[in-house]
Parts: sequence; structure tokens; C-alpha cells
Amino acid sequence: MKRLLYIFLILLSLPLAAAAQEGEDLDMKQFIFGHIADSHEWHITAIHGKEITIPLPCIVFDDGVHVFMSNKMEQNGYTLDENGKMINAATGKRPFDMSITKNVLGLMIDSLILVLLILLCARWYKKHDVLKETPTGLAALLEPVIMMINDDVIKDAVGPKHEKFAPYLLTVFFFILINNLMGIVPFFPGGANITGNIAVTMVLALFTFLMVNLFGNKHYYKDIFWPDVPIFLKAIPIMPAIEIVGTITKPFSLMVRLFANMLAGHIMILCAVGVIFLTAKMGPVINGSLSIVAVLFGVFLNCLELLVAFIQAYVFTMLSALFIGMAHKEPAEEE
Amino acid sequence: MNLITPDSGLVVWMTIIFAIVFFILAKFGFPVITSMVKKRNDKIHDSLAAARLAEEKLATLAQQQQELLEKARVEQAALLKDAAAARDNLIAQAKQQAKEEADKIIQNARLEIAAEREDALRDVRRQVAEISLDVAEKVIRKTLQDTGEQAQLVDRLVEEATRTRPES
Repeated sequence: MKRLLYIFLILLSLPLAAAAQEGEDLDMKQFIFGHIADSHEWHITAIHGKEITIPLPCIVFDDGVHVFMSNKMEQNGYTLDENGKMINAATGKRPFDMSITKNVLGLMIDSLILVLLILLCARWYKKHDVLKETPTGLAALLEPVIMMINDDVIKDAVGPKHEKFAPYLLTVFFFILINNLMGIVPFFPGGANITGNIAVTMVLALFTFLMVNLFGNKHYYKDIFWPDVPIFLKAIPIMPAIEIVGTITKPFSLMVRLFANMLAGHIMILCAVGVIFLTAKMGPVINGSLSIVAVLFGVFLNCLELLVAFIQAYVFTMLSALFIGMAHKEPAEEE
Repeated sequence: MNLITPDSGLVVWMTIIFAIVFFILAKFGFPVITSMVKKRNDKIHDSLAAARLAEEKLATLAQQQQELLEKARVEQAALLKDAAAARDNLIAQAKQQAKEEADKIIQNARLEIAAEREDALRDVRRQVAEISLDVAEKVIRKTLQDTGEQAQLVDRLVEEATRTRPES
């Protein structure tokens, strides 16, 4: 069985190597950053040099609103700069760009999947008597995960007020998880590097920041602005300054952690795949053997990414829950 | 660097999309699921508590039953003993009564027999007296010429009479 698997993998990697030999030199940097960066079109593949892409709508606020498809960009007086950002062709300035990019479309698709999954699960609970039936289908699949996050992470970390924050934290967890998982899928509805994009993680971290600081209790704010330290540390507000920086670094670390982990995972997989194409010029023996290694390594990295997808969603949720819980700590609890 | 500068358009879209997803899921998704699961967990908890209570009750009931059974057995034994005693008593009483009755009957019979015999004796004695008077009459009538012999006879008769009936 194991031998069969190896043979299958080798056979699978040979046509890849053969395909790679047809093409020209591979610009590795462009190859990797083209895959992980956001773009105005959804590149699917290239067959014999012919690019197959899905054009995406562009919405630009410049001198008024311009809406056009990305393949009609030139006709509308816009072009891409060297970073793939859209600029006004005449002035060279960057307009306010509200385009539905690859990441935005990916976000929409993944959000739709997520909302459907959770609402279908909720519908099961509405339609069935929970006291007489055990969950089936989707509910049976999602309930253990939801309750694991709810009971083990949220309840323990947030404390007595967990019911108020549970919907937010569960939404964050499943939002990150589904986007991570869809990011691993290598073709169309997936493959967008969404959670490895700093704008996305920044918004998520910002929501957590708001959740922590908007609902913090009196004791939490006293600890920030007037902590229990000797007076000279408060008179020139050293401690308050540090505390305020602390409130910002917490969500900042969330942002960077998720972003960096997912980005690194994508880059690693792309590197492993890129080896096949890089070695295309080195002759069939090196290329073939390295292709086998690259495919095996790619399988390993994909499994690792599957694990990381879950772990990062879990960590983000757990830390958010902890920060929220810290903002609700009662002074008596600290003694 | 391109990678670490957040794209303003994407930030706006992400905020909108996440806010919508959060709104929908927080209103119609997760609270339904978690509350239902909580309901079920509560029910399981209650059922377990109720089961434990019932078990305890059952145990005490069994204990009570055992005690009741034991008591009934003791009572039964006592009752049986009483009944046996009463029966024996009754039989003894009946025997006593029967004996007394029998004694009484025997006594009566004896008295009656005695009275009958007395009657019979009296009858016999009267007849004997009559017969003896008859005999005497006849004897007197026949042989009253010889005085010596007569006197002798009278003496003898009187003596015999007195000997046969010493009490009268």
C-alpha cells in the first residue's frame, strides 16, 4: 500500500517535470509574490503560454467613481505599477482603490461558505428537538468544534461574562479557520492568500481591540491610567504610557502572528513547488529526482499547513478571549 | 514593502464583510447552537441527578420492603403461636367440659340407680312383710293349739325378722 502511494506520487510528479521543461526560465521571486500578493485578476493557469484569468471588477474613486472590469483597465486610463497596484496612467498617482480584488472576492466566497455552514447547522437545531435527537450531518460535524471552542477556550479565558463575547469569538475562529483552509486549496474558489494579507489580519485585530477596550470595566481602565505603582511613576506618566502602548501591542501581535504564519506557509509550499520548475534546465535526471522530493515535501507542507490553519485560528481566538477576559477581571480576583 | 502595507480598499472591504458575517452569525448562528447545546447539557445533568435520586429512593424502598417483610414474618409467627395456644386451650376446655358433663351424667345415673334400687328394695321389703304376714297368718291359723310350740315359733320368727333387717 505504502509502495503504491510512492509510485503514484512519482508518476504524478513526472508530468509536472515534463511540463516545466517546456517553459522558459522561471523568475522565482515573481512566481512566489505573484501567488501570495493581492491582484486585480484571478489567475488560474496558463496553457501553452495563454494565460487563463478571471477579470475582476475595479471600483476607483479618483475624480469621481469609475467602475470597470480589470481587463479593460487600459481603456479606462489606469495601469498597474511595479507592485501590481493600480495607478492613474496619466498622473501616475494612486487613486482610492475599492476594487473587488482577488482577496476581496475570496473573502466574499469564504464568508458565504461560512455563513451557509453555520446557518445550516443552526437550522438543524431549530428544526429538531435537541432533547430527543442527537445531531446528524452538518450539526454533528460542527457541534464538537463549536463546543470545544466555546467550552474550553472562551469559557475558561473570558470568565463569567463569556456568553456576551462567545458569538464574536466563535465568529473570529471560524472566519479565520475557513479562510486558512480555503487558502490551502490550490485552485479557483480557494488559493487566495487571505489570512496571509496584513489588511485582513489588521481588521481582525482591530475588532478584537474594540471588543477588549469598548467593554473593559472600571478596574481595567484604572490599571491603565492610574496603576498601583509609586507616585513618581505616575506623575510623569511613564506607567500609563507603557500601559497604553501595551493595549495596542496586544492586538498588533495578533495581527502579525496570523499574517506571518499564513504567509510563511504559503511561501514554503510555493518554494517546494517552484523547485520543480527551477530545476527544469538542469537536465531530466536532476529535475526528475528533485521533482519527486519536491512533491513529497509539498505533501508534507500541505499537511503541516492544515495543522497550522487550525492552530492559528485557535491561537487568535484564545488570545482574543484572554485579552477580553483581562479587561473584565475584578480586583478581588487578583488577590 | 508591498506585503506589509495594508491596502486601504481591502481594509474597507474586509471591515464590511467581517461586520456582516459577524452580525449574521452572532444573531442567527452561534447563539442558537450554543443555547441548544446548553439546553441539552442541562437536561442531561438534570436527568442524571434525577436518576441518582430515584436510585437512592429505590434503595430505601427496598430496605423498607425488607423491613416490612421481616415484621410480617415475625407477626405471622406470633399469630401462629397464639392460634396454636388458643386451639390447645379450646380443646382442653372442651375436654374439661365434656368430662364435667360426663361426670355429672354418671353422678345422676348413679343417684337414679340408687333411688331405683331403694325403691326396689322397699318394694321387696313390703312384699316380704306381706308374705311373712301371710305366712304368719297361715301358721297361726293352722297350729295355734299347741301353745308351747307356738311360742317357740313366734320367737324364732321374730328373731329371724330382726336379723334380716337390722337397720329398720
